[in-house]
Amino acid sequence: MRRYFGRKLFTYTLTFFIAATIDWLIPRFMPGDPVAGLMAKQGGISPEGATALVQYYNNLFGLDRPIPEQFINFWASLLHGDLGRSVYGHGRPVTEAIMAAVPYTLALLIPAILLSWWAGNSFGALAARRKWLDSTVLPVGYILTATPYMWLGLVLAFVLGFSLRIFPLSGGYGFNLEPTLTWGFLTDLVAHWMMPFLSLFMVMFGGWAIGMRNMIIYELESDYSRYLEALGAPRGLVRKYAFRNAMLPQITGLALQLGVIVAGSLVTEIVFSYPGIGSLLFNAIKSEDYFLLQGIFLFIIVGVLLANFIVDIVYVIVDPRTRVGMRGGTA
Amino acid sequence: MTDVIKTEPKPESLPGAPKAEATAPARRTRGEFLYFALRSKKFLIALGILLVLIGIAILGPMIDATDPLAQQGLPMQPPTADPGNWFGTTYFGEDVFAQFANGLRATFFVGLLGGGLAALIGMAVGFTAGYRGGWTDEILNMLTNVVLVIPTLAVLIVISSYLKARGVLFEAVFVGMTSWPWAARAIRAQTFSLRSRDFIDLAKLSGRRAWKIIVQEIAPNMSSYLFMTFILLFGGAILMAASLDFIGLGPTGGMSLGLMMFNAVTWAALTLGIWWWFIPPGIGIMATVGALYVMNVGLDEIFNPKLREI
Amino acid sequence: MSLQVTDLRVYYRTLAGDVKALDGATFSIADKEIMGLAGESGCGKSTLGNSLIRLDGRMKYVGGTVTLDGVPLPIGDQNEMNHFRFAEVSIIPQYAMSAMNPTRKIGKMTAELLESRGERYGEIKSELLRRIDLVGLQRDVLNRYPIELSGGMKQRMVMVISTLLDPSLLIADEITSALDVSTQRAVAETLVSFRDHGFVKSMIVITHDVSILYQTADTILVMYAGKLAEKAPTATIIEDPRHPYTKMLISSLPEVGIRYANKKLTGIPGSPPSLLSPPTGCRFRARCPLAFDRCAEEPPFEKIARDHWVACWKATGSDA
Repeated sequence: MRRYFGRKLFTYTLTFFIAATIDWLIPRFMPGDPVAGLMAKQGGISPEGATALVQYYNNLFGLDRPIPEQFINFWASLLHGDLGRSVYGHGRPVTEAIMAAVPYTLALLIPAILLSWWAGNSFGALAARRKWLDSTVLPVGYILTATPYMWLGLVLAFVLGFSLRIFPLSGGYGFNLEPTLTWGFLTDLVAHWMMPFLSLFMVMFGGWAIGMRNMIIYELESDYSRYLEALGAPRGLVRKYAFRNAMLPQITGLALQLGVIVAGSLVTEIVFSYPGIGSLLFNAIKSEDYFLLQGIFLFIIVGVLLANFIVDIVYVIVDPRTRVGMRGGTA
Repeated sequence: MTDVIKTEPKPESLPGAPKAEATAPARRTRGEFLYFALRSKKFLIALGILLVLIGIAILGPMIDATDPLAQQGLPMQPPTADPGNWFGTTYFGEDVFAQFANGLRATFFVGLLGGGLAALIGMAVGFTAGYRGGWTDEILNMLTNVVLVIPTLAVLIVISSYLKARGVLFEAVFVGMTSWPWAARAIRAQTFSLRSRDFIDLAKLSGRRAWKIIVQEIAPNMSSYLFMTFILLFGGAILMAASLDFIGLGPTGGMSLGLMMFNAVTWAALTLGIWWWFIPPGIGIMATVGALYVMNVGLDEIFNPKLREI
Repeated sequence: MSLQVTDLRVYYRTLAGDVKALDGATFSIADKEIMGLAGESGCGKSTLGNSLIRLDGRMKYVGGTVTLDGVPLPIGDQNEMNHFRFAEVSIIPQYAMSAMNPTRKIGKMTAELLESRGERYGEIKSELLRRIDLVGLQRDVLNRYPIELSGGMKQRMVMVISTLLDPSLLIADEITSALDVSTQRAVAETLVSFRDHGFVKSMIVITHDVSILYQTADTILVMYAGKLAEKAPTATIIEDPRHPYTKMLISSLPEVGIRYANKKLTGIPGSPPSLLSPPTGCRFRARCPLAFDRCAEEPPFEKIARDHWVACWKATGSDA
């Protein structure tokens, strides 16, 4: 067990190190000069002022130090939780900007993932049993899972927001409201949350439903199912075993999907101007705010790695074979 | 969204993913394949849809040779208004259909190139890891895990945002280099089970070199599986590229379906109700990827007799 | 009469038509009799064995009757058969090594299976433990997962589970095929001991390995291409077979102690006919060295001596 987790931790730490290094490397080796890019936005400064400003920026970003020193500084400040300052946020510390946006994203992601996983799996299992349900769930599932996240967001926004005016089109809450703990504010919050949530939920639901359906069919055709049926076991018992066994790959599937899900939530937030990490990223790109960009990137990486680790733990708890294998049982 | 692999390392859970069985299916003769292919509803319908889309992509810009970025008519016209602009016009009066057809071209191109590259890398890593085993396998596994866990969109965003001029080639290459891990895993698993078979021992005894054995003995035995994996990578590449384009990090210049949606959102198509600007590109992607997935399921049934319905 | 089968036909549905895997089987098995069912791959023995308990996948029941202890078995009706499964008719499947749920402890799975069939696990447990001892397994196997057991151990566990409710008829489908020779012998002996202890009344042992049957079976039924060829006591089959196919089958067995330095091992040339559109007349005709014109008409499965049936014109002396 320790070896298994030790290995996983090693891989994750290695991944983080590589990702962070890529993150640090890119601005320094890409064509173009980030400082020059910043300067291009200034406009209308005297030449002396320009040189002073360039020097200031180089100093600020540590670009005037030798490369190895920059690398060490990078890690030092990283471990201090200092991700630099955001240009887009007018000098606001990047960490602060990210932390303000995170709750919105998590409020979107966590319910969407959990609910779609649960609902999709249940539906998939049902579809594997009933032919009529199967013929509807299957095509719908394929269509949903082939739908690009942002497009579904656009469609929902258009139908429910623009045409039918049920839900608001953008933002985290009404522009005229202040975040307070009142009922009115909370309902407004939920109203703004509903469409991005729905669009994430629907696409993921399709994927899980199809996957579960396939897994259940696979399990129902397995040798242990046949044996139970040959011995006259009732359908309920066979189905119960099939369902439990089919869930296991779905759990691993969750870990594998995390990258895709994160990407999906990013673009969905952009469609709705929902003030989470996605919109922050979008704005960072548009305003070429490199610090913010890199900070968000690192944050996403850490989040995904953490989530992967949690899924690994859950899997070990749920699948008895992993524990046996680690105990060194004979096969 | 390539969600076809569901377990560690079982690629069944994703929709339409080919089953990674312990024994690879035997080689099918061309005649047998055609016989079953022509009877498979899923395969034929999906193929039909794809052919229509490819037709639009290739012939569209030739028939309607208008420049997608030039003003064609009055801005913001719905599809029925002007007979020259089948899908209506954009905020700037550009022809939406021209954009759609050109965008389809770019989408197919990226999917093919990106998917193809991912398939090549996946095969290279998967075959080598599966065939060699031992330390090579361990190292390649580590590499696969690392690339697998990194959220690729985030990386692509960071890299792309630093590049001022981006070509379609760049996008395809990026997409290809980041979506191969699940394919490598699946191919590795299959190679493992094939490598202990007798005909491989025979090949080894006759002194063939490793890569030759892989190319001439192992790969042809998995040909149907490889093909299905490629189709899924193709679909996944299209979705990934669309996401990139949508954020505004697609190729500079040129047209793509994701770019259409980006423009639509940027120019307030939602609030102005210009639905014909963003609905068609989404449908285009959905139809293409959906058809690919369904075709994959159809192919699975054709190649794997156990799945066929009587 | 413990088991009586009359003109049983079971076909497989395929895209190309019906494969007549079992095309009219009539025989009976007495109480306490272990009948071996032998033949080459594709002769229909597995189909026969499996059809008596559960029609799998593409199998379809076409006709014929089966009576067990005087009660007709509704093999065509999946729901009705449930009443008989496990309690009256049981099976040790060909896939015994993967027959147990990999994510469930063996004891738990057995308990759940028994409870679902209306038995009280508490009452049966002591008997279960006794039988586990009998087959040479440790008692704590109930606390283990299938992955922790070796192939032979899993096989024996499945044997225990399948016979737990003392069925009248046990079908053992190729249970020695995947084992090494010494384990084969152990398993074969266990099987006979089950009958001797009274856990099982009669048994059908399906195998393509005639030598195993020599050790375990009282009678042997030889099948060919979906039809029955010969049924007789084991000694008769081995020493004095009447059907040409059986003769060639027995003679193709290498004998212990004889060296084949000068003489080649003879097999039976040719291969079995397609069961999609089987030939008329005797199905062995094309490969039979004794074939003559009468063989164009299908020989019935006739009794030629006490407990000895053959389907061959030559054997029944009708070669006028």
